[in-house]
Amino acid sequence: MDGEAILSVRNLITAFETEAGRIRAVENVSFDVIRGRTLGIVGESGCGKSVTALSVMRLLPKPAGMIESGQIMFQGRDIVTLPAEKMHEIRGYGISMIFQEPMTALNPVHRIGQQLAEVFRLHFPEMRDREIRERCVEMLQKVGIPEPNQRMNEYPHQLSGGMRQRVMIGMALAGEPDILIADEPTTALDVTIQAQILELMAALQAETGMAIIFITHGLGVIAEICDEVMVMYAGTVTETAPVADLFKKPMHPYTLGLLASIPRLENPRKIKLNTIKGQVPSLYDKPKGCPFQNRCPYAMRGCEIEPPALRQVGANHRVSCYLY
Amino acid sequence: MSDYLLEVSHLKMHFPIHGGVFRRQIGKVYAVDDVSLTIKPGETVGLVGESGCGKTTVGRSILRLYVPTDGRVEFDGKNMAKLGREELRVLRRDMQLIFQDPFESLNSRHTIGNILEEPFIIHGIGTLEERREKVIHLLRRVGLSEQAMTRFPHEFSGGQRQRIGIARAIALNPKMVICDEPVSALDVSIQSQILNLLLELQQELKLTYLFIAHDLAVVKHISDRIAVMYLGKIVEYADADRLYENPVHPYTYALMSAIPIPDPTVKKKRQILKGDVPSPVHPPSGCVFHTRCPYVKDYCKTKVPDLVPAPGANGDEHLQACLRAGEISFPQ
Repeated sequence: MDGEAILSVRNLITAFETEAGRIRAVENVSFDVIRGRTLGIVGESGCGKSVTALSVMRLLPKPAGMIESGQIMFQGRDIVTLPAEKMHEIRGYGISMIFQEPMTALNPVHRIGQQLAEVFRLHFPEMRDREIRERCVEMLQKVGIPEPNQRMNEYPHQLSGGMRQRVMIGMALAGEPDILIADEPTTALDVTIQAQILELMAALQAETGMAIIFITHGLGVIAEICDEVMVMYAGTVTETAPVADLFKKPMHPYTLGLLASIPRLENPRKIKLNTIKGQVPSLYDKPKGCPFQNRCPYAMRGCEIEPPALRQVGANHRVSCYLY
Repeated sequence: MSDYLLEVSHLKMHFPIHGGVFRRQIGKVYAVDDVSLTIKPGETVGLVGESGCGKTTVGRSILRLYVPTDGRVEFDGKNMAKLGREELRVLRRDMQLIFQDPFESLNSRHTIGNILEEPFIIHGIGTLEERREKVIHLLRRVGLSEQAMTRFPHEFSGGQRQRIGIARAIALNPKMVICDEPVSALDVSIQSQILNLLLELQQELKLTYLFIAHDLAVVKHISDRIAVMYLGKIVEYADADRLYENPVHPYTYALMSAIPIPDPTVKKKRQILKGDVPSPVHPPSGCVFHTRCPYVKDYCKTKVPDLVPAPGANGDEHLQACLRAGEISFPQ
């Protein structure tokens, strides 16, 4: 891959301790994030895409969640073994994160201005109040909030979903991070608002040169905004490729199935859609071998013995399937 | 007899807002404001729009789950407002509802067998043995095994639960099913299973659907005609292919161009709307879309557009509500 990897994840295994025993939500996940580019992580509910992001941020729910093994290298340091207090130097400055539902991420009893100022105060303790206020207004303007001076004094419930997500993006960018992790940032928004937010993120990326990890279940959004894509299924990586290759030459049966399941505007109406039979296996009794075998139309002898490794099939195109 | 199974004319649903010390009415939410809609037997009409546009309220007012503020709903030749409780109960056998969230719409303390048997009990159909057989038949029809009967809703995944919701809706052989966002809570691989099932059932049972959803691609896939709603009003209503190929209203065009296409080689001209949907408590004057419309003229702010035939359209194959229809050419 061209460009410098600013984040390298290797063989990440993240597990949760539950009443029914330990389950692995993320298994052997490896990827690189390239400066100035957008990596999309796509998959259906429960595939481990959010847990991967939370592992990078070291924000796994405690005490149940833990990184079992693996490496997350950022700026020459391994996030996995970093003492908790050192993580403060990374969160916000190095890597920031925004979430699906901005209403739950914002504090409902504090004004927008206060919450934004708090972030600046944390990142820049030497800054004076007046300057902080100026920076806040500037940031709100940058993320496209009209009448920022007035919005500073409003509470989160007075803003629409799209505006709240803009505020969250503003807060995430306050520390000028190298990487922004966006976990389904537009899923709760209407399509016309989603288009606004995607446009904003692309513009901010062009301006700041930050890398973005964009987590979504929507292949449309992936095609729209990403440079590289990683497809996840049941906690594992099934395919990674540059975005053009993934859509032109999808190889893993799961990727093929997903792409064929989407109803498309340009297709004839009422045609029978492709389906992926059955459902995602529960993490409690994941099959031995390939996690997709019970739904795979190409399953063959051997798929049930050992999970397939990611194999190089093209320039930067990797697939974990015995077909290749 | 009219050609239509359902005829909605000038439907209005305004919810009062109470406030102040004496809980007096201090305003109204104009959730649905003058909506007219016709559905022919065996047809699927899609109702599409963003959150808060009133599409769900239209569905519920048709079923008289809300008593409409004004307007007339005629189903199968009967004026719904004129029906008594008992008549309404009988009529609802013919008009069923599928909900978005199959987690909330199934009683978690009842077995699937009980849930599916209930419609038959309520309407006094069959003996215990016959009802059991009907339930088994229903389960098989929606792709579940009869073992499901003794199990509880929480033991099923979202997709399976939606199948159970569908089984319940078709239990009494209704003429029409109102589907309110039936697939939006589901993952894509499951969504396509449910869409296929709905299409199969329609063919087999000659069902008429009102399909309410926010995803235009899904709506277009399943519908014969599509009504686009914005802030309580229908802004465009046309044959599905016609709407896709030749949208007339700027909102329809913007909605369509905002859909991300799962193909990175397609770089389409995007029309990104500015701002947010205004509040339905204080809808804008004139055309409700004028605050966000890129083609707005001064008269759009005062004159209320009617839903009229689009330029070059025959009768009701294409209706639209833009004052500048025909004058605007959208970027290709």
